[in-house]
Amino acid sequence: MAEKNERNVLHVENVTMQFGGVVAVNNLSIDVKEHQIVALIGPNGAGKTTAFNCITGVYHPTNGLVEFLDQPIVCAHPTGKMKKAYKGEEPEKYVHRHELNPTPDQITRLGIARTFQNIRLWKSITVFENVLLAKHMRAKQNVFSATFRGNAREERRMREETMALLEEQGLDRFRDELATSLPYGLQRRLEIARALATDPTLLLLDEPAAGMNPQETQELAEFIRQTREKYNLTVFLIEHHMDLVMRISDYIYVIDFGSEIARGVRRDVQANQKVIDAYLGVAEDE
Amino acid sequence: MVNQTKQKKTSWIALLCVAALLLLVIILENLSAWTGVKGILAPTSQLFTVLKKAAVYSLVAVSMNLLNGFTGLFSLGQAGFMLLGAYTYAILTVPAAAKDQVYYLYGGSAIRYSVIDLLGKLFGSSGAGGAVSLILGVLIALICAGLVAALFAWLIGLPVLRLKSDYLAIATLGFAEILRAIFQWQRLGPVTNGANMIKQFPTFTSFNIKNAAGREVLRLSTFVPFLVAAACIFIIVLLINSSYGRAFKAIRDDEIAAEAMGINLFRHKQLAFVISSFFAGVGGALFAMYVANAQAKVYTSTMTYEILLIVVLGGIGSISGSCIATFLYVAASEWWLRFLDVETVLGNGFKVPLLRNGFRMVVFSVIIMIVVLFFRQGIMGDKELPDLLRRRGRQSKSAAAEETEGGHG
Repeated sequence: MAEKNERNVLHVENVTMQFGGVVAVNNLSIDVKEHQIVALIGPNGAGKTTAFNCITGVYHPTNGLVEFLDQPIVCAHPTGKMKKAYKGEEPEKYVHRHELNPTPDQITRLGIARTFQNIRLWKSITVFENVLLAKHMRAKQNVFSATFRGNAREERRMREETMALLEEQGLDRFRDELATSLPYGLQRRLEIARALATDPTLLLLDEPAAGMNPQETQELAEFIRQTREKYNLTVFLIEHHMDLVMRISDYIYVIDFGSEIARGVRRDVQANQKVIDAYLGVAEDE
Repeated sequence: MVNQTKQKKTSWIALLCVAALLLLVIILENLSAWTGVKGILAPTSQLFTVLKKAAVYSLVAVSMNLLNGFTGLFSLGQAGFMLLGAYTYAILTVPAAAKDQVYYLYGGSAIRYSVIDLLGKLFGSSGAGGAVSLILGVLIALICAGLVAALFAWLIGLPVLRLKSDYLAIATLGFAEILRAIFQWQRLGPVTNGANMIKQFPTFTSFNIKNAAGREVLRLSTFVPFLVAAACIFIIVLLINSSYGRAFKAIRDDEIAAEAMGINLFRHKQLAFVISSFFAGVGGALFAMYVANAQAKVYTSTMTYEILLIVVLGGIGSISGSCIATFLYVAASEWWLRFLDVETVLGNGFKVPLLRNGFRMVVFSVIIMIVVLFFRQGIMGDKELPDLLRRRGRQSKSAAAEETEGGHG
């Protein structure tokens, strides 16, 4: 790799997720360097979202290690029944390490924010409140100071920051609308704004271009790049729109049936025969 | 920020409305004494019974709405927490002099003091000092009632809040039933008076101001439950409009998204559960004051269902809806439909068919079914009173703007 001296923001090592007898993610290892845009691609059902869920604490992987800014955040090895049933590799490697099983909110607190494949906005509160609420976890208030308005200064600061963020994202016009009343593309943008409000170092985007036309996809690519510059972010995204991926990614991992089949910069991946096979296989379905 | 100032203005208006309502209650209650008008305004009238009970129930309904409507936790433990509150209040406030009489089956109470007596030693037990020690004592007992309920909620919440939807409802319902059995246990007699009722503690009528001759000067027995309920509901509204309230709504809307945005699910659910139970406990203490006794067998699951019904009728997720529904529900079930229970013979000797004891509940059930059919979201949906007024204002404004534009065109 060209940028060897850059710091690893996310380091995924031998992560395997096995549900019963099904291996959804098999021995996946990924490195995301600071300020990069890295993509994880693969056909439908390849295990991309499962990999994301293992990193963000939604699932506890069966085996493997995840490090964020050189600190271990998730660490697992097969236990109980899974000891016998385990089909993946390296079952002994993490046995002697301290097991780490964080909840998603702890991961977010560390500075990893995510969006969802099927948009998950809070539907009964406004656009403004959706973004404002993402600031809740970083606030110093407690339930008494919040109830009896002892946190007025902090509340005002959070509101101002939220408003600034909405203006930057061009969503301030819709401030008082219900989040779900926005058009689809704006809902996606709002979800990214909400993720940005948690003050992340690493942004995980789960199929940000799903359901978008080529024009919108192009705008989104530009938007992601700008956002990275503005907030000094590292971006790790899942996508199966090759178009978007090829446009913005610095480095690409390709998986199929849970296992890595290729990695590299755009040109290498595009020329890789395995990748072409995997994608031509699904091209008939589309 | 515009939003905040607007919010502030709304809350001041709401506060004024509540103050006006409280004043109205005082006037209403004393009107018969001042003007000599009897009938509906007489102190013994059904009107005041209904008002008192509805004030108590509205607090419990709002506390249940905080949990079921705003946080999305389907809990049916409300009667259990009310029971805890009622007993805590009763045990703490029965005067020491009356303890032997109340606990005669157990040879006196294990708790020899009452809060009010202790305060009486500090402030004096008659005249102004007596009033201060009564008010302070009742206040302390009410807060203790809430705290005991909250403590139990915290303990129960540790295992139970890991359950979801129906399972949580069953677990909390079971908890309430267990509590009811424990409080009737003979061995606990010296504290809970077994299955017998605890009586002779200060009730709402203790707050009526009397002159030296023992005549009532100012009746406050309806004002007191209104004041306490209004203060508690006001605090709940403040909570719901705070950052934590928004977090509760987020958990209700989408747990996975809430967790992914850094909201600690368990801590926030625990918080909502404890706060809701605190106010249910205060509500239980008020209920004990309303019926002038504390007896475990009253706090059945039927009571929880009654409150759940109120919450659903009023609109899940609407505080003002819960309040309005409580008053309508209590008035209809206790007062307006009473005539259906009495066999009536008209002047010409015609006996009205169907009217007999129990018919009231038949009609009442039908009315509830009709309301639920026509108001699928409850009376208020998830809107509040100010929302409705604002919407109407905005509509008429935009309509007016259109008209003027049309005129120019």
